[in-house]
Amino acid sequence: MSETIAKQLEDALSKIPYAQTLGIVPRVIGDEFTLVMPYSDDNIGNPVLPALHGGAIGGFMEMAAICQLIIDRAASGHDPTAELPKPIGINIDYLRRGRPVESYARATVFKAGKRVSNVRVEVWQDDPDKPIAALHGHFLTADDGK
Amino acid sequence: MSLTREQRLEKLWQIGPMMVAGTPHGAKLGMKFISIDIGRATLALPYSDALIGNPVTKVLHGGAVTSLLDQACGLAAIAGFKEPTSTATLNLSIDYMRAATPGKDILAVAHCYKATRHVAFIRAFAHDGDDTDPLATAQATFMATGRPKGVNV
Repeated sequence: MSETIAKQLEDALSKIPYAQTLGIVPRVIGDEFTLVMPYSDDNIGNPVLPALHGGAIGGFMEMAAICQLIIDRAASGHDPTAELPKPIGINIDYLRRGRPVESYARATVFKAGKRVSNVRVEVWQDDPDKPIAALHGHFLTADDGK
Repeated sequence: MSLTREQRLEKLWQIGPMMVAGTPHGAKLGMKFISIDIGRATLALPYSDALIGNPVTKVLHGGAVTSLLDQACGLAAIAGFKEPTSTATLNLSIDYMRAATPGKDILAVAHCYKATRHVAFIRAFAHDGDDTDPLATAQATFMATGRPKGVNV
């Protein structure tokens, strides 16, 4: 992955208020992209357990999917600053409680289509082999964004 | 001894606003409690710059709608289980029909149409003023996680 893309991604995320609200930051090591959600009290859903909010985890995964689509599409010559991919339909399985620690998301584009792309995302905390949630869904990647 | 319908409703109207206000992430996004009934819950998410997903169009991020639907479904699950319990999301499936209109508040209406002892099945939709023109629909399953503690009844 080029450093340009990593930088563009960082710039793009810094301009998305919702990404700032969740506190998420991209991390690019070599060719691997990981989205990081540092622990924040604001992302708690159940303060008694405590556990992260399912919606915060969901939003985090949607962002990871969108970022991965931007990266993959840039690699195939698409302008990464063009229209942002939009979710069409997503399905989230919650596998374990989101503990109050840093979370990581990694996405894979299963099918890159002209208009619609299919993406899978996993979120984990300390152990990548113990995901806390998984998402799969379709995203609109048509150039006209319609 | 099980509660009468009136007693359950009274409890739900106590719990509902507390649950929304007592959820840090809900409070952070600005979610508001609107109404509750047996197996039903309605919440609102006022439009806010902090929730924008596309800085060009000012459209709210899908994740903000996801959070609102998750919260509304969770409350409908609590209102749907026969016994008081905390809940955890098992699965949440959302279809996004259209972008939320910038500047408009979003409402999420959730209905728990079946609750077994351990699992609640919920359908929900989100709209921004016209309930015949939904911006997203959701289908969710929630698990009962046992006796409530604190505000998470």
